[in-house]
Amino acid sequence: MIDLDMGKYVFYVWGSYGATAVALISLTIASVIAHRTQKRKLQALLDESRQP
Amino acid sequence: MISWLANPERFSRIFTPIRPYVGVAAALMFMWGLYLCFASPEDYQQGDTVRIMYMHVPAAWMAMAVYLIMGIASFFGLIWRHSLADVAAKAAAPIGAAFTALSLLTGSLWGRPMWGTWWEWDGRMTSVLVLFLFYIGYMALHAAIEDETRAAKSTAILAMIGLVNLPVIKFSVDWWNTLHQGASVVRADGPSIAPDMLWPLLVMALAFKLLFVWLWLLRIDTELMARRYRALRARLSFAEEGN
Repeated sequence: MIDLDMGKYVFYVWGSYGATAVALISLTIASVIAHRTQKRKLQALLDESRQP
Repeated sequence: MISWLANPERFSRIFTPIRPYVGVAAALMFMWGLYLCFASPEDYQQGDTVRIMYMHVPAAWMAMAVYLIMGIASFFGLIWRHSLADVAAKAAAPIGAAFTALSLLTGSLWGRPMWGTWWEWDGRMTSVLVLFLFYIGYMALHAAIEDETRAAKSTAILAMIGLVNLPVIKFSVDWWNTLHQGASVVRADGPSIAPDMLWPLLVMALAFKLLFVWLWLLRIDTELMARRYRALRARLSFAEEGN
């Protein structure tokens, strides 16, 4: 059974989980955006280089 | 094997198809781990604050593991000049820095209710803070040097110097008086932690590891594309100047 009531430690426990979620999700989003941007930039340059 | 994989094109060809599966495995493992974190019992002494352990300990383990990977990659880059080694080390640094920052932050949030302090200059906390500064220094140095070869060499030396700090972190609880307890999972006589708490911890540790591998592969691919872009841009500029 899941217990989500952290009693008097609510700030510390949820603060830890919240900080972890924010950090890991931000890192994931930033990495995915950087990857997509770089892929687009490289593709554009490759297309440009193939033009006669 | 390492030399064979050090070819950037071969590396991309092998790991790009694997990457989505690692991402899905990480997401599933996080879901299972989070369920276990809140289904596990509270500690008889620490109460619900013991649940902070399931974030804090995997983050701390990864902070050290990622730096070790960075140090090994830097060693290969410096000695054998593998082109992928610097890329691998550079791609790992921001992820390791994030894990280290998380271990410091969650440790502080755990320390306040249990020890009555947000921060103490004890061996473990200070050495982890030093680790964080090594990560920041590594990234700053890489960003500051424009020439890729020089940047790779300088940062590899810095990363290898920082390796000295890893045993200090690990054994700080044995060497000095500290608020931290001794090892309770990796011990010669087996874990001293209750199985109800060990399982969520191990599942979350695996989730953190899988997330790292996924992010690392993604960032390596990004860096390889960035280098290819710069090389191609330079070649095109050179060709235009020739005309």
